[in-house]
Amino acid sequence: MQVTRRQALGLSAGAMAVAAFGPGLQAARADEAAAEKSLMEFTGGKTPQTGKITLNAPEIAENGNTVPISVSVDSEMTEASYVESVTLLADGNPNPAVATFHFTPMSGEASATTRMRLAKTQNVVAVAKLSDGSVFMDKKLVKVTIGGCGG
Amino acid sequence: MATPKPRVKVPKSAAAGEVITIKTLINHSMESGQRKDKEGKVIPRQIINKFTCAFNGTPVFACDIDPAISANPYFEFSAKVTESGTFQFAWVDDNGDTYTHEQSIEVK
Repeated sequence: MQVTRRQALGLSAGAMAVAAFGPGLQAARADEAAAEKSLMEFTGGKTPQTGKITLNAPEIAENGNTVPISVSVDSEMTEASYVESVTLLADGNPNPAVATFHFTPMSGEASATTRMRLAKTQNVVAVAKLSDGSVFMDKKLVKVTIGGCGG
Repeated sequence: MATPKPRVKVPKSAAAGEVITIKTLINHSMESGQRKDKEGKVIPRQIINKFTCAFNGTPVFACDIDPAISANPYFEFSAKVTESGTFQFAWVDDNGDTYTHEQSIEVK
């Protein structure tokens, strides 16, 4: 088979694209797997349902060093039924764990606000564990202009 | 690094059973352990790894912290107050230090 100049160029461009993005994609997958693993550790193998939990994060974060983030869970917060803990995960950070909040019926409301670091544009996941054992999840994509890890 | 100084905002008084909002901030560099210095050596991790809040000794709120929390960690959360008393706050540093703060509230 004779390779024309046009074909050769196309092939090499394709190869370069694979070389450039291949490892990057793989790394992203590894982080997502790590995030998935810590999620499963937190839930004890249960698949989280949607609803009840609300994650508030900016759509675009200019500075990845301080991204305000708040989470709230719809619950009565009584001795019989309350939110035990909420964990925050960021699947694109070097380490997906961000923080775990522990609530008690004394909290009155299952809501908390903090500021976090985001290395790049990625999904932020909040998972809530209720006292009856049910698990709820919310996810938000945050676009980051300047990353907030290392440097 | 300067000694971390906690700053806490709790309302002075509240009605019995009211859910109040508490804001806390502590100055700390929260060194993530990901950064490198000029020679390319990794700067060792030093963060505040735990924050707790209790009311008259009963736990209200706690947080396990990972390096992804920003420098000068800020937390805002709520608490239900039924009686007058004192909120105890504690921040645990990676180096073993604990920084504490107390704030009282009057219930009318």
